[in-house]
Amino acid sequence: MTTIPALDVVELKKTYANGVEALKGVSLTVQPGDFFALLGPNGAGKSTLIGILSSLVNATGGDARVFGVSVLERRNEAMRLIGLVPQELNFNFFEKPFDICVNAAGFYGIPRTVAAERAEKYLKELVLWDKAFQPARAMSGGMKRRLMIARAMMSEPKLLILDEPTAGVDIEIRRTMWKFISGINAAGTTVILTTHYLEEAEQLCRNIAIIDHGHIIENTSMKRLLSKLDVETFVLDLAAPVADLPVVPGVALARVDDMTLEAEMSREHDLNSLFAALSASGVVVRSMRNKANRLEELFVRLVENGKTGKADSGSRAA
Amino acid sequence: MELPMPSSPNLVALYTITRREVIRILRIWSQTLLPSAITMTLYFVIFGRMVGSRIGEIAPGIQYIDYIVPGLIMMAVITNSYGNISSSFFGAKFGRHVEEMLASPMPSWVILAGYVAGAMLRGLIVAAIVLAISLFFTHIHLYHPWITLLTVLLTSLVFSLAGFVNAVYAKKFDDIALVPTFVLTPLTYLGGVFYSVSALGSPWKEVSYANPILYMVNAFRYGLLGISDVPLGVAFVVMSGFAVVLTVVGMALLNRGIGLRS
Repeated sequence: MTTIPALDVVELKKTYANGVEALKGVSLTVQPGDFFALLGPNGAGKSTLIGILSSLVNATGGDARVFGVSVLERRNEAMRLIGLVPQELNFNFFEKPFDICVNAAGFYGIPRTVAAERAEKYLKELVLWDKAFQPARAMSGGMKRRLMIARAMMSEPKLLILDEPTAGVDIEIRRTMWKFISGINAAGTTVILTTHYLEEAEQLCRNIAIIDHGHIIENTSMKRLLSKLDVETFVLDLAAPVADLPVVPGVALARVDDMTLEAEMSREHDLNSLFAALSASGVVVRSMRNKANRLEELFVRLVENGKTGKADSGSRAA
Repeated sequence: MELPMPSSPNLVALYTITRREVIRILRIWSQTLLPSAITMTLYFVIFGRMVGSRIGEIAPGIQYIDYIVPGLIMMAVITNSYGNISSSFFGAKFGRHVEEMLASPMPSWVILAGYVAGAMLRGLIVAAIVLAISLFFTHIHLYHPWITLLTVLLTSLVFSLAGFVNAVYAKKFDDIALVPTFVLTPLTYLGGVFYSVSALGSPWKEVSYANPILYMVNAFRYGLLGISDVPLGVAFVVMSGFAVVLTVVGMALLNRGIGLRS
């Protein structure tokens, strides 16, 4: 039996009235229950794609189906399946969080008694209940972001789309949000996340698509993508300054300052030989860390390749 | 007090928008309900009492103050229905919370009907307030209650829809102030609120018949006083015609997402 994908985007195109071609035939599939990352630099087409999925932007070609329901042909039915947390704050600042949530549920046809119970549940889970009956404009930035998540959950959607939900949010609140969203995903909701915090995508998401200049340049599992990273750079903090750098075959050692070295090496190269060579040269390493987030390194590489026309056609989504 | 909850999803959505609009009207009552009460009281005092006492009867058995009551009520209905929907819907566009509705499963007609219902309710509440104020200055006899009610409903419907179209096209707050200032106010003043067009000479009399507000004011005056400058049938055709055309335009704008979806 074939499973109906949570999201099936086929050759989706969007050209704005000013001639900007934001999507040039995007295709991707998200399976039910997935936690899917949609990454891309600013202006890559992420928000346009999400805008079309949530019917806020009109597509100029192609189709997008949510659990088999076409967003373009059966909009109302498809919207019933989607919950959206947009990038920009888009609730009435003069209303109270409780009313914002209950009214949002009302737009989905959910009776007020049911909506009131859900509003209490989600506002409590997102630590907003003590602000529920104060005007939303009095809340902090992080609270406003969480309120948009609570609002999106009011219809208990099968597909939750989060467009940079943690932008400008401190790490503590971000972790609260990650925990909540992970819980929602574990309970069966398919989640699509766009973010500029790549460690967030790496930690949370199982599958990933990278979009750039209106094209999907990568669409694969997070594991497979990260396995493509063939070179890693480690930062070594030394116990004492080192005069001459030892020569280690297969490792490019560089001095950052007197007390810090950088070692760039193939992922196939083992660390033992590096440490053996360093010990033999009297270099004592106090601590070690990855220079950059692995996904960040790959992301930059893919996007840079795209800019210079070196994008690997084999890695493009089918 | 909560009204009984409808069970159909579309009716729940319609109830939600209408309820939100009514709460907004009542929350900012000093901006939505009070101004018309003050303005119309001044009209009754100045035009009705001070000027009207010198004019005397404008038609057999009808004092000038009685004559202007229907027009003043209609003026309040027109400005409040129009102003409510244009400022509320444009505010939702400006604050982007219109997206809550556009990204929901609600069909377009529910959004239009919800906002129109809210605007009509404000028009009717203000009409009741102005009518109550007029009772301090004169005695009102409802000549034809059903014609009165139907006229006030159709007028508030027409101007709610017109305000919605204005809000959809508006890009800044100035755009929603232009039409009331430069179109509605002149048309209302020239629509027979304070005088009978039969008193005008040619060509102003003929020009006045091109003003749709003239038909609304006169149909309402017929309902309250039993006199009108225009045939009642024509007045209802004009009002119904505008209501149908503006409903079609409003629905087309929402369905195509003009000014709302990119």
